Amino acid sequence: MGFTELMAGIGLRWGVHPQGHKRLTSECAIEPMVLTERLVLPLAQHIGAPARPLVAPGDRVLRGQRLAESGGVVSSPLHAPTSGRIADIGDYPVPHPSGLSAPAIVLQVDGLDRPIDFEPCPDPHALAPDEIARRVAAGGVVGLGGATFPAAVKLSLGKRSPVHTLLLNGGECEPYLSCDDRTMREQPQAVVDGARLMARALGARSIVIGIESNKPRAIEAVRAAAAIDPAISVRSLPSRYPMGSEKQLVTYLTGAEVPAGGLSAEIGVVVHNVGTAAEVSRVLRSGEPLTHRALTVSGQAISRPANLRVAIGTSVADIFAHCGGLHDEVGRYVMGGPMMGMVLPGTNVPVVKGSSGVLALTAEEAGGGTASPCIRCARCASVCPIGLLPFEMAALIRAGRAEAAVDLGLKDCIGCGSCAYTCPARIPLSHYFSHAKGSLAAAERTRLKNDSIKQLTAARSDRLAREAQQKAEAAARRRAEREAAKRQAAQAAADAAPSAPAATSEVGA
Amino acid sequence: MLVAVTSLTLIATCLGLILGIAARRFHVDPPQLVAELEALLPGSQCGQCGYPGCSGAAQALADRSAPVTLCPPGGPELATALAAKLGVSADLGALAARAPGIAIVREEICIGCTKCFKVCPTDAIHGAMKQIHSVMKEACTGCGKCADICPTEAVALVPLPTTLGNWCWLAPEA
Repeated sequence: MGFTELMAGIGLRWGVHPQGHKRLTSECAIEPMVLTERLVLPLAQHIGAPARPLVAPGDRVLRGQRLAESGGVVSSPLHAPTSGRIADIGDYPVPHPSGLSAPAIVLQVDGLDRPIDFEPCPDPHALAPDEIARRVAAGGVVGLGGATFPAAVKLSLGKRSPVHTLLLNGGECEPYLSCDDRTMREQPQAVVDGARLMARALGARSIVIGIESNKPRAIEAVRAAAAIDPAISVRSLPSRYPMGSEKQLVTYLTGAEVPAGGLSAEIGVVVHNVGTAAEVSRVLRSGEPLTHRALTVSGQAISRPANLRVAIGTSVADIFAHCGGLHDEVGRYVMGGPMMGMVLPGTNVPVVKGSSGVLALTAEEAGGGTASPCIRCARCASVCPIGLLPFEMAALIRAGRAEAAVDLGLKDCIGCGSCAYTCPARIPLSHYFSHAKGSLAAAERTRLKNDSIKQLTAARSDRLAREAQQKAEAAARRRAEREAAKRQAAQAAADAAPSAPAATSEVGA
Repeated sequence: MLVAVTSLTLIATCLGLILGIAARRFHVDPPQLVAELEALLPGSQCGQCGYPGCSGAAQALADRSAPVTLCPPGGPELATALAAKLGVSADLGALAARAPGIAIVREEICIGCTKCFKVCPTDAIHGAMKQIHSVMKEACTGCGKCADICPTEAVALVPLPTTLGNWCWLAPEA
């Protein structure tokens, strides 16, 4: 670490230093994992609308075939990681802390791994910016850092507001995870190539790749690869959690702050993960869609921690079995990193596009314990990267006043968990915030539903009134017709009448 | 005598003028509390509160003879809004006990009589004569009018299913 970086690191007034545990896997090269018999592919593996299935149970599919199409503007298609038969489309357990099920396509693997005909592109740099974004979207690429925002949607942000800088996030500040580190060390050319392609799609003039200083080999490798383009600068970041959070990264590398509730594109910066960049390069050059990803398998309970390249849809249990199984009692299963990842209720869930790691932590590693009262030491406030007052917000939420917590900036909370990590009283601060955000969202949903019900009721009463009016009009029309007919009959009778009396008169005369 | 009458008349006229101008100038509409409360309510006239429609409920709320938690479809969100409007504190415990439900049609019993969708206050049921009816979850308030009128008991009220879309973290145990 250089002197300036050290000083910059000292100048940072937020963040924590969780124990890294990266050595468990940082020297493990990414190895391909053998295919399992069955892959479960959830339709919602990304932020936005779930994908719409294009196949039916019983269909035979090939590797790379599109199984589900994009379900909206912010959505992403889904492709078959290998050849096989569609066994079912239905609700299956998905990686989520609730342990609930969601719609998924189940692929029975045939083991032949026959591909469709891919269309490789030898020089993707010659493609038009729109075409790059289109191919990235068609390839089903989403943010691989864990947020799973469809990458192509972010690539077209340049059209709305000018983007001058593409930031590549090589922070990987979560403990245990090392798959981004390995990707940068093993395929630095792909990372740099993907970054240049994305910058072309965005119209960004400069590319900054930020890598935490605890990955010196990755910095070295990417620096060497980046020498081909003077627009790229590789910067070392202080190793401090949450450096890999978009807002912190943008502020550290550009000095500008992302507006509250806004996107970094509003200040001309777009952030992508290094893994996403490598995948964009691969998808564009080979024409093969995103069907596999690199992830870290780690934790003290794992017999053989590793970095694997697995097919999307592989079950977590199969991955653990591949890594020699568990040799210790597991206190907690986590998907993603231990700070922001999600707790898994079980291992019978598939790996999705956003899974950067699967961890089996022993009870000792998982930590926890009972919370004691807050002494208002304000350590949480000093580590909060956004500058919020977590202890105050948690107290309000505990008292059932989530609205008041919003006034203190609850919506700006990025959920990094630094506050809960540092709390000496072990108060589950980030749990309070997740709960409050969820209940506020539920209240918002109720409000929207009530509004739509009001509209429906109004529409119904309008309709009933209209129908009643139409009925009344029809009745009036019929009555008028009847009366007209009666009048006509009377008229006819009257017309006929004079002749009749005349006849009688004649008779009478 | 004349002076007294004139001055008193003058004073009375001036004061009357001032009062008249002030009444126009500083005019405040009488509080339209009932109307405002009714605007907050869903307006589906479902009758789950026990009052004759939403206007009856609004009147009862304004008279303080009904609790702010009276409207089950509105949920805690509405109860809080009503409490804020009336300046009272809401005890949401009563609402928590009664989870919101939605109607479902058991297709094997439904005879397609169309009675249920004629009474549905939000047009949440669709179907046609002699065809199976079905409920649109998004529009159903769980008022139960359809369940009451169904001749074959094919409509049942069930608790709202938990999905990934509406699941949220419970509060940590304090």
